[in-house]
Amino acid sequence: MTNIVSPVAVAVSPAAAPRRDIGIKRRYAAERRFRAYGIAAITFGVVFLILLLSTVIRNGYTAFQQTAITIPVEISEKLIDPDNKRATDPSVLIAANYPAVVRDAIVKQLGIDPSKRTEVREAAAMISKGAPIQLRNLVVANPALIGTTVNVTFLADANIDSANKGQIDLNVPEANRKVSDTQIGWMNQLKSSGAIEKQFNTGLFTSGNSSRPEAAGLGVALVGSLYLMLIVLALSLPIGVAASIYLEEFAPKNKLTVLIEVNINTLAAVPSIVYGLLGLSVFINFAGFPRSASLVGGLVLTLMTLPTIIIATRAALRAVPPSIRSAALGLGASKMQMVFHHVLPLAMPGILTGTIIGLAHALGETAPLLLIGMVAFVADIPGTPLEPSTALPVQIYMWANEAERAFVERTSGAIIVLLLFLILMNLGAILLRRRFERRW
Amino acid sequence: MSVSLLLLVVAVIGVAGYLAGSWRANALAGGKLSSLHSRPGYYGSFVAVWSMLPAVLVLLVWIVASPVYIGSTVRAGFPDEVKAEPQATQNLNYNMIGAIARGFKLLSAEERDAVSAAGASARTVLAGKGVPLAADPAPYMLTAADDLGRMTAASRTFLSALVVLVALAGAFLSYRAIAPKFRARNRVEGMMLIGLIGASSIAILTTVGIVASMLTEAVHFFNMVPAWEFFFGTVWDPRFAAAGATASAGQFGLIPLLAGTLYIGFVAMLVAVPVGLFAAIYMSEYASRHLRSVAKPLLEVLAGIPTIVYGFFALITVGPFLRDISAELNGLLTGNYTSIMLIPYVSSLSDDIITAVPRALRDGSLGLGATRSETIRRVILPAALPGIVGALLMTASRAIGETTIVVLAAGVAARMQINPFEPMTTVTVKIVNQLTGDLEFTSPQTLVAFALGITLFVITLCLNIYALYIVRKYREQYE
Repeated sequence: MTNIVSPVAVAVSPAAAPRRDIGIKRRYAAERRFRAYGIAAITFGVVFLILLLSTVIRNGYTAFQQTAITIPVEISEKLIDPDNKRATDPSVLIAANYPAVVRDAIVKQLGIDPSKRTEVREAAAMISKGAPIQLRNLVVANPALIGTTVNVTFLADANIDSANKGQIDLNVPEANRKVSDTQIGWMNQLKSSGAIEKQFNTGLFTSGNSSRPEAAGLGVALVGSLYLMLIVLALSLPIGVAASIYLEEFAPKNKLTVLIEVNINTLAAVPSIVYGLLGLSVFINFAGFPRSASLVGGLVLTLMTLPTIIIATRAALRAVPPSIRSAALGLGASKMQMVFHHVLPLAMPGILTGTIIGLAHALGETAPLLLIGMVAFVADIPGTPLEPSTALPVQIYMWANEAERAFVERTSGAIIVLLLFLILMNLGAILLRRRFERRW
Repeated sequence: MSVSLLLLVVAVIGVAGYLAGSWRANALAGGKLSSLHSRPGYYGSFVAVWSMLPAVLVLLVWIVASPVYIGSTVRAGFPDEVKAEPQATQNLNYNMIGAIARGFKLLSAEERDAVSAAGASARTVLAGKGVPLAADPAPYMLTAADDLGRMTAASRTFLSALVVLVALAGAFLSYRAIAPKFRARNRVEGMMLIGLIGASSIAILTTVGIVASMLTEAVHFFNMVPAWEFFFGTVWDPRFAAAGATASAGQFGLIPLLAGTLYIGFVAMLVAVPVGLFAAIYMSEYASRHLRSVAKPLLEVLAGIPTIVYGFFALITVGPFLRDISAELNGLLTGNYTSIMLIPYVSSLSDDIITAVPRALRDGSLGLGATRSETIRRVILPAALPGIVGALLMTASRAIGETTIVVLAAGVAARMQINPFEPMTTVTVKIVNQLTGDLEFTSPQTLVAFALGITLFVITLCLNIYALYIVRKYREQYE
C-alpha cells in the first residue's frame, strides 16, 4: 500500500518532492467510487418508488371518473306488460324484456334503422349489460313509469368508457380492438349532443364486485376492511397492551418469561401466510366459523399484528423514566396503580403510534386472507362481520387477475384508495408522535 | 334471549353492581373514607367483576358445549340406515336438518302443520321463506329438525336463566362481602394481574396453535403420502382431488418447490443486500442531515407499500413490455420485485447496526489517516458484521416467506432445473394454489399445504432464531 522511500534516496535528491507516494490518488478514487455506490443505491430505491407510484397513478386516476350515457327511454307498455297483467301479477314486471327497452332507446337516440341487426347489436353493446337491471329496479319501484318516456342515465360499457377516456389506440386495426369505428362515431355523436359525459365514479365506492368492469366497485371491500380494522383494533390493542405491561412491569425474570419474549420476537417474523394456515385450520376447520367472514380475517390479522404492537408498546413503556415509577410508589401507590395511573398514560402516544403502524400493516396484508376464503365474489355489502366479505388488498388481488383491460384501471384505482388510507394512517401516527413525543 | 342481548343484560348487572358496591362502601365509611381499606371504586369494581366474569364464562362454555351435545343427541335419533352412511354424508344431512330447523322457526303454526302432513312440500314452503334446500328432505329429517329446534330453544331458555342467575348470584355474594376491612383493591388487582398474564400467554398460545394445527393436518397428510416421498420427491404433480373418490395418486415432491423458493429468494437477496447495505452506509456515514431527512422516509415508504401493489406493478410493467422475455426470466424478475420490497428492510436494520458502532472506533481510524471508505470497509463493517449477518438472515426469512408478489408474478410450473431462465414457483405459491377454491380436509391435495406450511415455518423460524442468537451473542462486544 505504501512505498517506503529509503532515506538514502531522500538524501540523494533533496530537490525532488518529499512526498511519499502512498497511493493518495487511488485511495481517493476508491473513496469517490464508494460514495457513488451509496448514492446509486439510494437513487435506485427512490427512482423505483417514483416509478411505482407514477405507474399506479397514471393507470388509476381515470378510475375515479366513469362514462355515463343519458338517453330518453320510452318504457312502452307493449314491451314490458303486453297483456296488462301487472295489477294482478307483479312478477310480470320482473320478468319483462328490459334489454329490448334499452336497445330501442339507444337505437332511437342514434337514429339507426332497427332492421339492421348487426348495427343494432353494436349500438346496444355500448351500454353496460347492467342497464336492463337498473331499468327493472326503476320500473318495479315505480310502475307508474310504464307508458311514459323518462331520461335515464346508464353506465357506458367498459370499452366505450376506455375509448371515451382515450385509452384505446385508434390506430390499431379495427379488428384488433374492442371498439369498432362505428361505435366510436356514435360515441362522438352522443358526446357532441351531450348525452355522453364523464361523471364522478360513486359506484367505485358503493357497489360490490361485478364481472363487468364498469359496474365493479369497492363497496364490499371497504366495508370488509373496516370490519377487519375494527376487530383488529378492538382485540389487539387491549391484549397487546396488557401483555406488554405484564412482561415489562410485572414479570419475574425466569425461564418462562424469557420463552415468551423469544416467542414474541420470532412470531413477529413468521411469514403471514402461516397465520392464514392457522386461521384456516383452527378458526374455520376446528371452531367452525363461517368461511369468508371478516370475523375470521380479523382474528387472523389480530394474531399477526399482536407481536408488532407488543414490541412497540414495550419500547414505549421502557421509555418512561424510572423516576416516575419511584415517585408514584413513594407516594403510596400500589404497583398496579403506578402502572395504570402514571406509566401507561405517559406511554400512550408511543403505544398508539405503534398500533396505527401495526393496523396499517394489517390493512395491506393479503396472503392470510387468501387462505381463509376472503377471495370470494361478493356482490352484496355485508351487514355483519359474520357475512361473506372481501377486503381491499384481496379485491385488488382479484381484479389484478382479471383479463379485461378495463380492470387494470379499476385495480390501479383501488390501489390508490388503499394507499390513501395507508398515508392517512401513517400521517396520523406521525402527527401523534410529533404532538406528544416527550424527551425525558 | 340472543347471545348479544344476554351479554347486554350481564353488562347492565355489572354496571349496577359497580354502582351498588361503591355506594355501599361509601355508606359503610359514613363520610370518613379513611376507615375503608380501599377507595370505594375498588369495592364497586370487585362487585362488577364477580357479577360479570362467572356469567360470561358460563355463557362461553355453554355456547361451545351445547351444539355438540344437541348434535350428538339428534344424530342418535337417526334411523339405522342413515347411521350406516359415511360420515361426510351424515354431516351434510345434519347441516340440512339445521337449515330446516331454522326455516321452521319462520313458519306459523298452521304452515308447520301443513308441512308435517305432506313432507314433500317442505322444500317449496321453506324456499318461500328464504331458506333454500338442496333437495326434498326425507321424513326423518323433519322430525329431527323438530327435535333440533325444540332442544335449541330449550337450551337457549335455560342458558338465559342460568346466566342471569349466575350474574345476580355473583353480584349478591360479592356485595355481601363488602366491609370496611375488606381488601378490595388487592383482590381487584390480583384479578387484573391474572388478566395481564392471560394476555401475554396468548403469544405462546399462538405459537402452540400454529405448530399444533399444522402438525395435525400434516400428520394426516403423511399418513396418505409417505414423508420421505414429500421431502425428497423431485416431482410436484398433485393432480386434482375428485369429489368423493379416494385420493388420486399425485406426486408431492418438495424439492422443486424448495429449489424455486431458494432461487427466487437468492435473486432477491442478490439485489436487495448490496443496494440496502450501500444505502444504509451512505445515509449513516456520508449523507448530510438534510439528505438523510428526505431519503430515509422515502425508503421507508417503500417498506410501507403493501406487497400486493408490488405484485400488481410486476404484472402490468412486465406484462406488456417484456412478455416474451418474461416467460424466460420469470424467476429473475420475480426475485427482483421481491428485492425492492426488501431494500428498505435491509437498509433500516443495517443503518441501526452501523450507527451503533462506537464513535471511538471511527475517530481512531480516521485519525490514523484512513479515508472514510477505508474506515467503513476495514473498521466499521467488521465491527458491525454480526449484526449485519443477523439482519441478512432475517431478510432471507422474509424473502422466503413472501407470498403476494410471487403469487401474482411467479409461474406455477414446478420444475426442477439448473437453468434459472425457466419459469419456477415457490412454496408459498403452492400453499395458496392448493387452498383456494372448494376444499375438503380429507384429500392429500389440500392437506399438502399444511405440510408445506410447516416446512416454511420451520425454515423461517430457524433462520430467525439463529439471527437472534448471532445478534445477542456479539452485540456487546464493543461496549
